[in-house]
Amino acid sequence: MGMKHAVYLDHNATTAVRATAQQAIARALELTGNASSVHRFGRAVRRLVEDARDAVAALAGAEPAGVVFTSGGSEANVLAIGGAGRARIVASAVEHPSVLKAAPGIERIPVNDDGVVDIAALDAMLAADHRPALVSVMAANNETGVVQPVAEAAAVARRHGALVHCDAVQAAGKVELDIKALGVDMVSLSAHKIGGAMGSGALVLAHDLPLAAIVRGGGQERGRRAGTENVPGIAGFGAAAREAIDGLDGFARLARWRDRIEASLRRRAGVRVFGSGAPRLANTSCLAMPGVTAEHQVIALDLAGVAVSAGSACSSGKIEPSHVLQAMGVAPEVAATAIRVSLGWNTAEDDVERFIAAWTDIHQRARSKTIAAA
Amino acid sequence: MSGREKSETGPRKGRPIYLDYQATTPTDRRVVEAMLPFFGEKFGNPHSRNHFYGWEAEEAVENARAQVAAVIGASAKEIVFTSGATESNNLALKGVARFYRDRKDHIVTVATEHKCVLESCARLEKEGFRVTYLPVMANGLIDLDRLRDAITDRTAVVSVMAVNNEIGVVQPVAEIGAICREAGAFFHSDGAQAVGKIALDVEAMTIDLMSISGHKLYGPMGIGVLYVRRRPRVRLEPLIDGGGQERGLRSGTLPAPLCVGIGEACAIAARELAAESARLLDLRQRLLDGITSRLADVVVNGDLERRVPGNLNLSFPGVQAEELMVALKDLAVSSGSACTSASVEPSYVLKAIGLADDLAHASLRIGLGRFTTADEIDFAAAKIAEEVERLRRVNPRRTDADGKARDARPAAPVA
Repeated sequence: MGMKHAVYLDHNATTAVRATAQQAIARALELTGNASSVHRFGRAVRRLVEDARDAVAALAGAEPAGVVFTSGGSEANVLAIGGAGRARIVASAVEHPSVLKAAPGIERIPVNDDGVVDIAALDAMLAADHRPALVSVMAANNETGVVQPVAEAAAVARRHGALVHCDAVQAAGKVELDIKALGVDMVSLSAHKIGGAMGSGALVLAHDLPLAAIVRGGGQERGRRAGTENVPGIAGFGAAAREAIDGLDGFARLARWRDRIEASLRRRAGVRVFGSGAPRLANTSCLAMPGVTAEHQVIALDLAGVAVSAGSACSSGKIEPSHVLQAMGVAPEVAATAIRVSLGWNTAEDDVERFIAAWTDIHQRARSKTIAAA
Repeated sequence: MSGREKSETGPRKGRPIYLDYQATTPTDRRVVEAMLPFFGEKFGNPHSRNHFYGWEAEEAVENARAQVAAVIGASAKEIVFTSGATESNNLALKGVARFYRDRKDHIVTVATEHKCVLESCARLEKEGFRVTYLPVMANGLIDLDRLRDAITDRTAVVSVMAVNNEIGVVQPVAEIGAICREAGAFFHSDGAQAVGKIALDVEAMTIDLMSISGHKLYGPMGIGVLYVRRRPRVRLEPLIDGGGQERGLRSGTLPAPLCVGIGEACAIAARELAAESARLLDLRQRLLDGITSRLADVVVNGDLERRVPGNLNLSFPGVQAEELMVALKDLAVSSGSACTSASVEPSYVLKAIGLADDLAHASLRIGLGRFTTADEIDFAAAKIAEEVERLRRVNPRRTDADGKARDARPAAPVA
């Protein structure tokens, strides 16, 4: 262990910083200036922030004035859930923990076996209780890649007078997003998931809705998020956003390789792919190798020079089974054998072949051990 | 030595001289070099436990954590990374208050705190907490007796910034810490302007929580720290919950490059603190002498002795600060703080030390720092004196209406 990998297939955890983003960051690091200062130094960095705001708005098909820069996706989610002023929060059972823990007593919308929200259930939940609500349904799940029917969920929510938030941290820059077409009020974004740097994100608002700031102080971001703007982070975010938007078609083509992986692995008995019956992001595969723990697989893959994930990054140190797979009705002992393979904007075909070879090798060794033991 | 041998700002280079170090600081080249690999090939998510990319990033983050801890005399386990001092201040106040709310419902702070502390307190007031805003004396310091009187057995936390961002005065942090400990209240100090600039030791000074800002000490923007004491344990309700990072106190992917940056910045600051303080003290005196030798009626706002070396805040009766700043196009300085520079209200900090509105509107904050040179100081002193004199000549009526200049160091406390 400790060998530097040649194959990185954990892009949902984070992805390589794009060259244009690195350049934007490096340039911004050379500049001195607080964007709130009125002198030339301040004005120069203020321009960088506003240029990036335009690019980030485009990720969600929104107006620049709707972009509230935050420190990342988690903070954007907390701001949306906590700041919208709704006492009742109804969120899908497969949301990211930063949504599910953003308020006490969040009600969970069930999902089917493929991990797709049950729209009829959402309708019934909203009909049963007339308190003003906020509905939160993510655009795409970080563990399985499953794409949610956000527009449908939003339509149902709006009929009941609920506000709608969409965590698009995994989907933005990978599929086209249009905040108006989706009919949602708020969208969460994260820079490092699309090849920007860690430490920058945004909550994008469809319109000027009242939002109680979580981080208060100097009035930045129109009073919605105080604190000196992270100019290099924001500049990198803007550059990554532009490049990601240009690369949407290329990203969609990753599906060929993802599908090749699944076709190859599924030839082995008992291999399950989670969420395959639902629309998914082109790059993600959550799959189980029967009888072999996820931990064993990732360690063995690591030794073979391949980086993947067991569940999500933030949960990778924990013992509890994935709440996402649990919500999909996957038995804990099966969930314990699930790994996540996620391709990225700079993945090469060779990476895919190496993963397949390494995984197959592990599978074969595990089977021969089983056969030998029998 | 410092990361830059000679200044790259200055009218000869076509750029104004940067004298606004309290608003933000240049990111030191050495910090940038330490960070860049983590924007490049070392891009891993530090929470990815499964592979080398993650371990590499995690190791760098933990290294940085120790570097930050060292500069304030804390242990690495007590360092929580945040997105900046604004968030740290919000987390410290709201986090502590909300956690202990069934036993404690009172907060003590000071009228001159940064907006993020005051706004956090205002928010807590809406949630039912009572807040005491202590006044300051004319020199900007708090009266320790008044502090003692203000703390009750229902006080959850006392928040006093170690160094003020506008007037640079240094509060008696060790004495405040002792008073709070004795009274059973936690002591939070906003150290954004203090860390790496004055010697700090959270043990010796009995500090329970401290906010640190990356971009105020030649580190990157977008990162800060909240120091949270473990013995005796300070509990907090997190502001940002979710993936459980930072022992549940602050969720969200840790930005490895920025953590590395603030760590390196702290290490550099700690090494250079003594020499840099002495150097800045000299330069500041040189600046002040350069101005007062050419100009009459100059008021120094805030205690000159108990003050961070890099700060100067002056009032020039008979002049409008906005006009003066326009005239000083070769200098980047500030009137009031960056956060509030867009508003037309006079600085609430200057108001709190007893300045009348018109004098507050005639004030400049000048911030010196690591890359400030003697040449820049000499140029600035001459320019400031020249422009103030010119503006006074052009508007004689204002000089008369303002009355006598105040003594630079008033003795009596202001209520």
